[in-house]
Amino acid sequence: MSKYSVIGTRVHRVDGPEKITGSAKYTFDIVLPNMLYGKILRSPHPHAKILNIDTSQAEKLIGVKAVVTGKDTLGRKQGIWRRFTELCDEEILCREKVRYIGEPVAAVAAVDEDTAEEALDLIEVEYEPLPAVFDPLEAIKEDAPQIHEGVELNINVTRHIEWGDVDEAFKKCDHIREDQFKCSSQAHVCMETHDAVASFDYSGKLTVWTSTQSSYYIQRLLADMLDLRESDIRVIKPPTGGGFGSKFELDSAQFCASVLSMKLCQPVKIVLTREEEFTATKRRTPMYYYLRLGAKKDGTLLAKEARVITEGGAYTAMGATALYLTGFFSSFPYKYPNYRYDGYRVYTNTAPTSAMRGFGAPQSTFVGESQLDMMAEDLGIDPIELRRKNGMTPDYEVPGQAFIQSCGLHQCLDKIDEHIKQRGKLPPNHGIGVAAYGFMSGGIFNWFDTPYAFSAALVRINIDGKVDLFTGACDIGQGSDTTLSMICAEELGVHLEDVRIHSGDTGICPVDLGAWGSRETLMNGNAVQRAAADAKRQLLEFAGAKLGANIVYDMDIKDQWIHLVDRPERGVSYFDIVKEAIRGRDGEIIIGRGHYTPHRKGMISPAYSFGIQAVEVAVDTETGRYKLVNVTTAHESGTVINPVGIEGQLEGAIMMAGGYGFCEDQPMDEGKILNPSIADYKLIRSLDMPETKILEIDTYEPEGPFGAKEAGEGLTNPTAGAIGNAIYKAVGVRINGLPITPEKVLKALKEKQKKIK
Amino acid sequence: MKKELRLTVNGQPYEVYIKPKTLLVETLRDHIGMTGTKRGCSSSSCGACTVILNGMAVKSCSILALQANGGEILSIEGLASGAELHPLQKAFLDHGAYQCGFCTPGMLMSTKALLDENSKPTTEQIKEGIDGNICRCTGYNSIIRAVTAVVKGEYKEEK
Repeated sequence: MSKYSVIGTRVHRVDGPEKITGSAKYTFDIVLPNMLYGKILRSPHPHAKILNIDTSQAEKLIGVKAVVTGKDTLGRKQGIWRRFTELCDEEILCREKVRYIGEPVAAVAAVDEDTAEEALDLIEVEYEPLPAVFDPLEAIKEDAPQIHEGVELNINVTRHIEWGDVDEAFKKCDHIREDQFKCSSQAHVCMETHDAVASFDYSGKLTVWTSTQSSYYIQRLLADMLDLRESDIRVIKPPTGGGFGSKFELDSAQFCASVLSMKLCQPVKIVLTREEEFTATKRRTPMYYYLRLGAKKDGTLLAKEARVITEGGAYTAMGATALYLTGFFSSFPYKYPNYRYDGYRVYTNTAPTSAMRGFGAPQSTFVGESQLDMMAEDLGIDPIELRRKNGMTPDYEVPGQAFIQSCGLHQCLDKIDEHIKQRGKLPPNHGIGVAAYGFMSGGIFNWFDTPYAFSAALVRINIDGKVDLFTGACDIGQGSDTTLSMICAEELGVHLEDVRIHSGDTGICPVDLGAWGSRETLMNGNAVQRAAADAKRQLLEFAGAKLGANIVYDMDIKDQWIHLVDRPERGVSYFDIVKEAIRGRDGEIIIGRGHYTPHRKGMISPAYSFGIQAVEVAVDTETGRYKLVNVTTAHESGTVINPVGIEGQLEGAIMMAGGYGFCEDQPMDEGKILNPSIADYKLIRSLDMPETKILEIDTYEPEGPFGAKEAGEGLTNPTAGAIGNAIYKAVGVRINGLPITPEKVLKALKEKQKKIK
Repeated sequence: MKKELRLTVNGQPYEVYIKPKTLLVETLRDHIGMTGTKRGCSSSSCGACTVILNGMAVKSCSILALQANGGEILSIEGLASGAELHPLQKAFLDHGAYQCGFCTPGMLMSTKALLDENSKPTTEQIKEGIDGNICRCTGYNSIIRAVTAVVKGEYKEEK
């Protein structure tokens, strides 16, 4: 029997009833009295000077209440790497120069969306087009157009990671491979587009309801940009229709709605259209990858070198972090004694690239796992055996970078090996490819305000025993509200129904950096557990006195029963003690506080999850088309807090990561995205979705709440690589560029046939 | 100029005055005030706006409201009978067949229409039934499991 009564049980999500009845109110659904509707005018040029903006005709249109341009702002620049002013490079409403197609230049507030739309056509913007550059390999050349003043060769950020003696190690290798790859972009395609309702009132306070992954970031960035006190801005995150990395930076809907509302002292709502969502919000970072890998004959990997140039797009955004993480995760999940990474993020006149689920690791895993299979073949070693020989193990230190405590990679390898053997002999043109991965449980690094990341939570026990849990964590659909409520209920010894969570509202919730980098379960989970423990201690002190127990630590609460641990039958009802304790304190309710920040845990993350995925494909050699037949994942994420949630994360990751390998792409012509609609942007739909199987491996992470760690984002890493390896197993062609389209497979098949002839 | 539109939504008759170009989804959300029906693309590609019009699942962003004049609409707000959830809703809860929930109203209406037409669909038919509905969170399989459970009779309608 489980020692837990809430954790690990199959529960309904706490936001379930409202979501399945249509009663959940998203930002998209909010209507306030006297509210106006905003629209944003965007640049049609990839690179141009703004000579003049004439808004006079638009202002005359009946129903238009305000038109704003960059001149109506303070002209400040912002960025999520807030501690580095040179990387705060985005004005949002630009004043002098546009740098990508879709960049905002003006915004309108009107009585309805139609009128606002009509007004956009009446705004005259005089541009002087400038030479533009779209490919980072071109942008890095001496004669390329300069996108930002003073930024030489358009190099935005560089990153270097190194340990061991790489050059010496390569000399000792029996076999060295050098390979090049290209990783494509990807759109997040949240079902709810970016949107915001901003309401500035005569008291000088701004309230913003918005679909976001971090109310905290939005509050502070708005304060910087609008010159308001942080505490005079309240950011509220209603239920949010997906994020996937696209919603933790300040966006044009939030900023323009706020600027318009401050001008008018009226609420303004802006909802981006699906086309704006595709063309003018951030996207996954495309990368050019060069990899050199050296091994001994027996398969020992001695050295790895990675050089990466990423397409930054027009602004830094969170792309600098993707550059860092792709470099770190290029070493995962193996014990390279010698490793070197050099990454360059290059500005281009394209929509900025930034965070997306996996955050640089889907790219590094695709290229790394592709090359590892090639190495295995060169050496004549089974791919799983090669991974086993070099895979990370518990209590491993990535030299000078990170400490890995729990690690179930080897159990995962064994399970997947078994699975592949069970599949037996496959039909012709079928193949199973594997890719192993690891991922972090929240970043330790914090480039926003403090050096360290942090999470806090507050627990309030009311006189009827109902527990209010306050946290800055943001549930964007991944289920953190449910997971955190479960952690709270478990620690406090009450039922899940006894907990009511309040999250993502800066007006009432303690601070948290938000939902990104797989932070919430471990970091916020720890804060919640500590807050619940603090509240529990207060109850136990009271109960201890009442029961005449000697010391507090002999007691616990489980299933709403406060009892002596050694004699569970000797106890008292949780509800009775709560009532008496609060009465005894003259009505003062019980409040518990908790905080977590990962000191002395290396530079990257306090914990890592691991796994390996096997993808089976069936290739039609006539057309190059292929089908994803089965995706089986052996996965470990520490203690499973919310099993239904993990299943959902895993299957959902396959849809998104499979799409990255299989079909999703954003082709461009001169900086213009050519497929900005759901009809033209190919996603995995229900009919393409493969059969999925989960092989859960038990591990326990000492740093996590009840032993839990990351469980949703790492799963986005392996699929593209496993698809590439599966195609190779099936039909013997290797595709080094994403996505792996039928055209590429067919072309490679034809070339292969030519060679045979 | 504005035109009169009469329709029945979830059993309740409504009379509204709308511009002829108004879409059905806008009428439901903005004029009638039922915001359960979502809009994810406005180009009939994502299915978030699916409602049942005269017994058929339709994408309410691709229909002018006036085309539905005199029609009977079932939207997500009418799926449960008061406090009693529809079997599909119960199954979605149990199987975690939703995450962010934005596609869920459309997904539920599509699967309801599917089961109204064919009470015993195969797995492949369920997949076909929701092929017009994008879900970016779940990967569909939990939705298929939920619908399958309803098909198997695991969730009875209590009447």
